[in-house]
Amino acid sequence: MAKNLVEFRNLKTFFYTEEGVVKAVNDVSFSIREGETVCVVGESGCGKSVTALSLMRLIQSPPGKIVGGEIIFDGRDILKLSDAEMRRIRGNEIGMIFQEPMTSLNPVLTIGEQIMEPLMVHKLMTKKEAWNKAIELIKQVGIPRAEQIMTSYPHELSGGMRQRIMIAIALSCDPKLLIADEPTTALDVTIQAQILDLLRKIKQERNMALMLITHDLGIVAEIADYVVVMYAGKVIEEAPVRELFKNSKHPYTRGLLKAKPIIGQRQERLYTIPGQVPNPIGLGDYCYFSDRCEYAMDICHQKIPQLISDENGHKVACWLYEGEWKK
Amino acid sequence: MSEPLIEVKNLKKYFPIRGGILQRTIGYVKAVDGVTFTINKGETLSLVGESGCGKSTVGRTIIRLYDKTDGEVFYKSIPIHNLKKNELRKLRPKMQLVFQDPFSSLNPRLRVGDAIGEALLDHGLISRNELRDKVIETMEICGLAPYHVDRYPHEFSGGQRQRIGIARALILDPEFIVLDEPVSSLDVSIQAQIINLLMDLQQQKGLTYLFISHDLSVVEHISTRVAVMYLGNIVEMASRDELFDHPLHPYTQALLSAVPIPDPDLKRERIILEGDIPSPANPPKGCKFHTRCPLAKDICREQVPEYKDVGGGHFVACHLV
Repeated sequence: MAKNLVEFRNLKTFFYTEEGVVKAVNDVSFSIREGETVCVVGESGCGKSVTALSLMRLIQSPPGKIVGGEIIFDGRDILKLSDAEMRRIRGNEIGMIFQEPMTSLNPVLTIGEQIMEPLMVHKLMTKKEAWNKAIELIKQVGIPRAEQIMTSYPHELSGGMRQRIMIAIALSCDPKLLIADEPTTALDVTIQAQILDLLRKIKQERNMALMLITHDLGIVAEIADYVVVMYAGKVIEEAPVRELFKNSKHPYTRGLLKAKPIIGQRQERLYTIPGQVPNPIGLGDYCYFSDRCEYAMDICHQKIPQLISDENGHKVACWLYEGEWKK
Repeated sequence: MSEPLIEVKNLKKYFPIRGGILQRTIGYVKAVDGVTFTINKGETLSLVGESGCGKSTVGRTIIRLYDKTDGEVFYKSIPIHNLKKNELRKLRPKMQLVFQDPFSSLNPRLRVGDAIGEALLDHGLISRNELRDKVIETMEICGLAPYHVDRYPHEFSGGQRQRIGIARALILDPEFIVLDEPVSSLDVSIQAQIINLLMDLQQQKGLTYLFISHDLSVVEHISTRVAVMYLGNIVEMASRDELFDHPLHPYTQALLSAVPIPDPDLKRERIILEGDIPSPANPPKGCKFHTRCPLAKDICREQVPEYKDVGGGHFVACHLV
């Protein structure tokens, strides 16, 4: 089995707002192995993006702060590195792509300049070397006319092309880990299919680990090896992809799977999870899903369930499985 | 077969592109380039397609939020693009629109109750002292609590705001509602709640919907019939079951195969389309889809395919069918 590349250990990232403390990531632990695709799923505000940004140390402070835990990347605790050391990891050992390819590219620099920059900074390439490498990267992400694209500006490209360029930039320094935060959410389905295909291909060629953040369970089923489900800042379930879809445990995961209409499966009425995600400010010590859960028991309103594991490593944080499963 | 509520005949909507120092019209974006369809009373017709295909423009031109460039739109046999302003205004309550983004479609300074009741009062359909009761009644139908009436939009979540948007349309007792991507910005668990609400309301009140969406799994769930648009034209239209079980147009087939299905064991033959959608300002000649079509032949590059009925109300525009 491949060794762990990333380990989140009891990570806590809080935001200190005027209304109170938002525990965006609240005691989150999971790992990503070398070459593995881990999907982090959840609805808006569940803390999936903040988890990724904490790994990149891109949490804006104030109001945000990583208040506890460790993030081990390739044997080093990211949270203990100096800013200079962190800069050598960011964009070099860890690449990142974002949801909105328009706002994450600089509109006044050419595509070429933006791909060449990390190559010259991190790999100390000359301008000429960087230019050639950039052209190679553009071809790799499936864009024809690479020379012409090098001198274009972001506004001249379509959304799908811009996302490909983002991927090219993220890949430029051969990262060990690529973080993709909702990489296809802003794209049309036919373009989404192209981008997912590209990510899968690149990952295989480079044996790179991929941390993909999404709310779309369809994408998860297609691309993930391992799935982490988050709710209100906590990991509530994690398992290998097949296990999670065939044998989901947490009532929230089950609800999500049932609530999504699926092509080719017509039903009279959609299953709904009642209510909505709780206000993240001032959450007490109880299961955060308890007020929406149809199986909620007394204990669910009184104590936070811990993540427990069955013998196959399927983990769930739910009082329904306490006793049956071991810690 | 029920009677048609909306009839659209060869509807076109072009937006001028201005340029040069004199800001003269130098071209047109052919957002909608000749579409024909009917919507029957009580049904849901869905318009699907990728961004820029003209589906929202169709929705807005049908209820005359945009003036047409050419063609006709009939609401109960009334040609709505020929109506005078005051005649149109009388018809407005019957045709409503629900927007995609529940964050930008509500006035942040207006209390929710006022936002919902505003149109009713404006059209003189109710007196001020009856208004509050009517607003609260409508809010309850849409799943909002009565005490929400004096709150402001920022106090609500996305799903609740979409309920407000629906209540605002519903209070006028419309017959026809254009739903423009009403669930696209919502999370899965909330999306299911709103879809169920829309379907319940349709059943209770006999509403007719034009449902505009790019999400094919939602469309399959909610529709009676489905029309697929590409670059301003309908390329295929059929009943829901027919379209999803026997898609004929290569574009429809590619769209359906591109939707990720939440089942890790499923291995599908996926049709991945090359390239991007061409610009509607300068669409390809012949069949507009030929630049991305995996099956394109010479004839597709030269001749526009005829939009024809292949039986049972299944329409398709493709040379190969």
